[in-house]
Amino acid sequence: MATQADRADLRVSLRRRGIDLLSTLAAGGAVVLVLLPLCAVFGYLIYSGIGSLNWAFLTQTPKPVGEAGGGMANAIAGSVLILLIASILGVPVGIGAGIYLAEYARGRFGDIIRFTADILNGVPSIVIGIVAYGIVVLRQRHFSALAGGVALAIMMVPTITRATEEMLLLVPTTVREAAYGLGVSRWRTTLSITLRTATSGVITGVMLAFARIAGETAPLLFTAFGNTYWNWNVNQPTAALPLQIFVYAISPFDEWHRQAWAGALVLIVLIVISVSAVRIAAGRGMLKGTS
Amino acid sequence: MGVDVQVEQLNAWFGKTQALRDINLKMLANHATAIIGPSGCGKSTFVRCINRMHETVPEARVDGHIRIGELNVYNGTSATQVRRQIGMVFQKPNPFPTMSIYDNVAAGLKLNGFRDRRRLDEIVERSLSMAALWDEVKDALRKQSGASLSGGQQQRLCIARALAVEPEVLLMDEPCSALDPISTSKIEELIFQLKQRYTIVIVTHNMQQASRVAEYTGFFLLGNLIEFDKTEKIFTNPSDKRTEDYITGRFG
Repeated sequence: MATQADRADLRVSLRRRGIDLLSTLAAGGAVVLVLLPLCAVFGYLIYSGIGSLNWAFLTQTPKPVGEAGGGMANAIAGSVLILLIASILGVPVGIGAGIYLAEYARGRFGDIIRFTADILNGVPSIVIGIVAYGIVVLRQRHFSALAGGVALAIMMVPTITRATEEMLLLVPTTVREAAYGLGVSRWRTTLSITLRTATSGVITGVMLAFARIAGETAPLLFTAFGNTYWNWNVNQPTAALPLQIFVYAISPFDEWHRQAWAGALVLIVLIVISVSAVRIAAGRGMLKGTS
Repeated sequence: MGVDVQVEQLNAWFGKTQALRDINLKMLANHATAIIGPSGCGKSTFVRCINRMHETVPEARVDGHIRIGELNVYNGTSATQVRRQIGMVFQKPNPFPTMSIYDNVAAGLKLNGFRDRRRLDEIVERSLSMAALWDEVKDALRKQSGASLSGGQQQRLCIARALAVEPEVLLMDEPCSALDPISTSKIEELIFQLKQRYTIVIVTHNMQQASRVAEYTGFFLLGNLIEFDKTEKIFTNPSDKRTEDYITGRFG
């Protein structure tokens, strides 16, 4: 026989299960909402771009207007070159600044750097392009891959700095103390223990910054400028995928529109490949039981 | 071989709060000395002053003299030099999470520039054996992360790591407080072995533990050393009323 208390228990448990179901559904719904635009964008890119994607597209330079065929090989190479320069300049500075903020900065000076990094993160990319134009292009007196790399590096730094700082602060003090207790000096502890413990998080931050700048167009407009021919010289104007896509997309030619779609698809695939490659490489050498 | 640890007129602060007042104490070589007292009495601060870990805390300050054998801890020696001669085992096991078992033990030597691999192999095996962990981990030395071990094994790993740098003094800050009774008794047995060769200072909340492992015991209260004597005397016939109150469980 069910007493009143039993019935009250039943009511509570039904209510709990209801809330549980609702929260699960809400969380699941949020995941779908996040994935939907991503899948839509990717699907539409494949749909529109795959038709123009062929061997020639990946190996040839652009053909003059009116001629069919040609490709964006020089732009792909240019993007790789510019991103490489940006990473070489931006990643060490970003990680270094993050280490400084997490391990050494105390008080006001640290706060100022943190604030500056956050502001820099919000500066429109075109403004950063102008800055790179001012400090590199005007000095060199011509557009160059280097100028594009500098612009993108400036964009990378604040993201990497803040991510590195956050990840280092997550490393428990007890781990640092273990190293100090062994007579390991402070800088050695920072590099070999703290940074190493935070590696996977720091890599995530770097890849986030990388993926973000890989698709940037505005900072390259008057730095890398673009080029219809091959160029491997860092001091010369250089083609880049986002620039090429931009130029082709606003052109009046259908053939160029199709190529712009293909270019966008290649760009996304390149970003996915490089991010995954770094993740896999970083995942190697991890040990059993490493969290 | 262990060396005496001599503490004179030690005072320590966190910012404006004084954590230790005029501590004078001599811990004998090849003996275990237990430090007991209620939470917040300065026990941990005391041992952290011995290897200069106290000063790693922002705004912490120390004043006084500590000598470890011939070594003057607070005068003319760098903190890293001091810490290389003093092993420390912490309250919570803290192996380096990204390192293998082997690298955890070798860390102190490797990070200080020791490169002789054959010697390293020997030292790692010897340290793990001394910490009574070798048999349990010898097949997984390089494959498994130190963090994959059980809590008790992790703590013995941390002891092995501390022993690998061949210290003269071993500081243990409540080394068993996070462990179950079986792991605790293993560590206590270990302390018995280790004190043949090292000077051991062990902070503990567990008075039975103090009486089991230590020849000498110091009782701390509110940053003062109330009483320091043979463990037996402290627990059977303390000279200070406050010590008696504490060990009979009247407070703390």
